[in-house]
Amino acid sequence: MTDTATPAVTRTIDARGSFCPGPLMELIRGIKEGQVGDVLAVLSNDKGSKTDIPKWVEKAGHRLIGVFDRGDYDEIVVEKLR
Amino acid sequence: MKRVLVLGGGVGGTLAANLISRKLKKQVARGDVKVTVVDATGQHIYQPGFMYIAMGGESAQHLQRPERSLLDDEVSMVVATATGIDVEGSSVELDNGDRLHYDQLVIATGSRILPERIEHFAEEAHHFYSAAAALKLRKALDAFTGGTIVVGIAGMPYKCPPAPLEVSFLIESELRDRGLREKTHMHYCSPIGRAFTIESVSEMATPILAEKGIELHTFFNVDEIDPAARLVKSLEGEELAYDLLILVPPHAGAQLVIDAGLAPAPGGWLPTDRHTLKVGKRNNVFALGDATDLPLSKAGSTAHFEAPVVAEQVAANILGRTPAGKHASYEGRVMCFFEVGDGKGTLLQFDYDHPPKPPKPGKVWHLGKIVFNKTYWNTVPKGRV
Repeated sequence: MTDTATPAVTRTIDARGSFCPGPLMELIRGIKEGQVGDVLAVLSNDKGSKTDIPKWVEKAGHRLIGVFDRGDYDEIVVEKLR
Repeated sequence: MKRVLVLGGGVGGTLAANLISRKLKKQVARGDVKVTVVDATGQHIYQPGFMYIAMGGESAQHLQRPERSLLDDEVSMVVATATGIDVEGSSVELDNGDRLHYDQLVIATGSRILPERIEHFAEEAHHFYSAAAALKLRKALDAFTGGTIVVGIAGMPYKCPPAPLEVSFLIESELRDRGLREKTHMHYCSPIGRAFTIESVSEMATPILAEKGIELHTFFNVDEIDPAARLVKSLEGEELAYDLLILVPPHAGAQLVIDAGLAPAPGGWLPTDRHTLKVGKRNNVFALGDATDLPLSKAGSTAHFEAPVVAEQVAANILGRTPAGKHASYEGRVMCFFEVGDGKGTLLQFDYDHPPKPPKPGKVWHLGKIVFNKTYWNTVPKGRV
């Protein structure tokens, strides 16, 4: 995916240096605190995040906008739908 | 005189203070170094025992001893609540009005439970993270005659990660013994995509849940309790009816370290170097045990293995040398027993680079846990194991 697929990010959660399930838990907290329509970007260098977070997003009924490889970390962008 | 101040008289604080004092024995004897523990109650609580109050057989009075009795004579103790840390001025303020200055600070302030972060938690949910709550759960189990039991986790991280699984296994086993298993449906709710954070432990526990007929719900982050309908609802949109609800309460680090600007709110976990255990790159401030933000179990065992490293780091700072020997760096070592019910258990042993490979559950590991719990007072705080 490319940057052009990314809508304006409302909030960036820098979870680099945190390990499973830290980045997922940070996203969950961000979703709880946020408003419907918010776009959250999670930065993570834990390799489990790019599989765990999309699975959670699907189960929780939000929208995965994309998983972007940023070199030494991943940026996972999620829209809060409910 | 160099002053070493240790905040908190739990497993980590007590052991670290004793080990620092022993490493600097000559300096302490000459009066060149003073090691002081500050503890709010002066009582040392063996928290892993709480679960056994809930599961029968243990009593609160056996889980508490005076902190003074566990500290070496050379270590001073102040019973007071620390109300402020002035990192720039290298001092700690106490609720009795005193201010203690330090050259080296060890923060072992642990974690606290915050059931109030979930509405209706206090009146609807049981837990086993205090002696009183565990006794209340025991009474609820004694009165239980069948129905639906939901075990879940209302916030991560939390103390003793295997505990909710252990409690589920032990309750299932107990209900079979009492002839109530056929009348009971059990749910286990995990906040993440598997039964347990560590993959190898999850792979061990998931088939046990299935064998015991405990229904596993993944990605179930407790969000709301509806007391009228007796429903627990997840952030992910799932809801489960319960007759008996057992939830791990939300946890946070000490308010003291948040107020001091050392740890970010709302979690309050101290940003800690994974090897040196220094807080926020400060050369003379260390953390261990539940208080850190390290990606490890919040468990006495973690503090137990971190304490010798803190002791070596502090001693090296005071003596003006480089940390050396096998305790120069913490490698993430943790070891704990894991109950699976029916008098059986297994062992989780791991570090940063080596995930646990739990042996096949057997009676030896269950007995190991019982023996460890009974001998704790004479071993761990005194640095004998």
